[in-house]
Amino acid sequence: MKQKKVILYTGALLLTLVLPFVMPDFRSQLATLWLMIIVALTWDMTGGQMGYNSLGNIFFYGTGMYVAAVVTIGMVYDVGEYTSAHGGGITNFTDEQYFTGMFVGIIAAGFFCSACALVIGWLTFGLRGPYFAIGTLGVAIAAGELVSNWDWIGGGQGISLPVFPGDLEIGKIYFYFMFAGTGVLLFIFLSWFYRTRFGAAINAIRDDEEKADAMGIHTLRYKLVTWSIAAFFVGVAGGITAFQLIHFEPLETAYQTINLGIFMVVCVLLGGKGTLWGPVIGAILFHLFKEVTWNYLLGWQWVALGALIIVTVVYFKDGVMGYLMHTRPEWFGIRVEQKAAREETT
Amino acid sequence: MSDVIIDVQNVSKAFGGVKANTDVSMQVRRGGITGLIGPNGSGKTTLFNSIVGYHPIDGGSIRFEGQEISRMKVQQIARLGLLRTFQQTRIYGAMNCVENMLISLPHRKMSLWDALKTNTREDYEKADQLLDFVGLYEKRYLMSGDLSFGQQKLLEFAMALMNEPTCLLLDEPTAGINPTLINGLIDRLKRANEEFGITLFVIEHNMRVIMNLAESIYCLAHGQMLAHGSPDDIQNNQDVIDAYLGAH
Repeated sequence: MKQKKVILYTGALLLTLVLPFVMPDFRSQLATLWLMIIVALTWDMTGGQMGYNSLGNIFFYGTGMYVAAVVTIGMVYDVGEYTSAHGGGITNFTDEQYFTGMFVGIIAAGFFCSACALVIGWLTFGLRGPYFAIGTLGVAIAAGELVSNWDWIGGGQGISLPVFPGDLEIGKIYFYFMFAGTGVLLFIFLSWFYRTRFGAAINAIRDDEEKADAMGIHTLRYKLVTWSIAAFFVGVAGGITAFQLIHFEPLETAYQTINLGIFMVVCVLLGGKGTLWGPVIGAILFHLFKEVTWNYLLGWQWVALGALIIVTVVYFKDGVMGYLMHTRPEWFGIRVEQKAAREETT
Repeated sequence: MSDVIIDVQNVSKAFGGVKANTDVSMQVRRGGITGLIGPNGSGKTTLFNSIVGYHPIDGGSIRFEGQEISRMKVQQIARLGLLRTFQQTRIYGAMNCVENMLISLPHRKMSLWDALKTNTREDYEKADQLLDFVGLYEKRYLMSGDLSFGQQKLLEFAMALMNEPTCLLLDEPTAGINPTLINGLIDRLKRANEEFGITLFVIEHNMRVIMNLAESIYCLAHGQMLAHGSPDDIQNNQDVIDAYLGAH
């Protein structure tokens, strides 16, 4: 069992390292796939593991983009002047300014989003079930509208970042590894996190929060910490996307509630809520499905996507991992233990 | 340290026009087993809920280890070490028994840093021991939601012990449990009280159980405290007999 795991993880890691070179035409696609994996994994932290279905995680994505951009620009120019000129004439960044700005900006995006999650969570974690989903969705939509009216950061026109200095293909590989690195880090972090007592406590909140309260678990504290960790990674992913896209605007790219905001939920449902691998599998399947339909069913792609969502939600709620858990419970360690076994071991 | 661990003074609670508890006073002795009986709808569970903070009380005072708790929230009271089990059993159905036990580790004694550690070998051993104690050892890797109602009840009891409470409030621990298992459960409750030093406060409908278990029994009827005394006193108290059988 242990050996199988080692092979699986080494294989996955090798694939991650090799794919952008084996499939050079798909570098941007693969980078986006990693973005989907990151947002799906982070959505599952609250949605799958803690039972709080947030539709507002896209808020952290959009906010991450803006924070990264503003910090990067702000380190060199006056942000208001820069945006009102739409980058005209003053888009010159030296390589050093670009990379330092990117590093600081992305980290700042993560921390800023974490802080936002603490505040929003403190306000919204009193809501349960669908009310929490709608409440957080409202936050994301409101944020998009506010930002699109804020001229200092470009308003509805959005904001432009400097172009990656150097070869275009190198740039693609660079962003691929930014996303993949973040994703791998997140996966390693979560595989540890879910094994801790903290992980068990958020599962308890999901299954019966009232019972968890009655057992003296610090429910609000755990909810806030979990969401703020999730927000950190979404913010970082948003920050990387800002540099990858170069130009973005608030409603369709940054706070895209109806696209990525929903996709991340579908990924998790498709792969299996509340499991470590589910969001990863779901993101891969979903991304494949989306790209195939966008290419070969153009015009019908949204219909196909809608059909996928409906079928998943109605007939395949537990996702791939959930299905396996029902059909192959022994793979997940569900078994009757004989008393003799205990006596042998003790 | 005072001898009284829970001190309820003149507590009243009404739901609209229904007076669930009127001027109820009672005490739970530290380290003992106290029983609470009464006909259906007499306000036993309401009193329990008042003590553990599920709803605000209309008047009176509730003290736990000398500290006023009648204005506190459920989590705050639970973190003081006053724990309850539910009449309708509440366990985490989508997890196996061991996971249920490990979740029940006393989080009130943990800092955030402690919570970010993985469970130790001792934690697993303790979980196994307590599951063995309630007779669920063989089933410990089964989904707890698939267990029978009685087994879930035993699991909930084991989870409560895992939490190392100072005082445990049990709402009908034997309801739905196979009669042959009940004797075993009485024995385990007594052992939990003696070996782990946990003060027990038990609501029970089964007279045989409560008379064997508790050393001091309170009887509620129509939301008022009807009688208090040793099992013998209660058994021979005419008011109690009338309340249960209906006097004309």
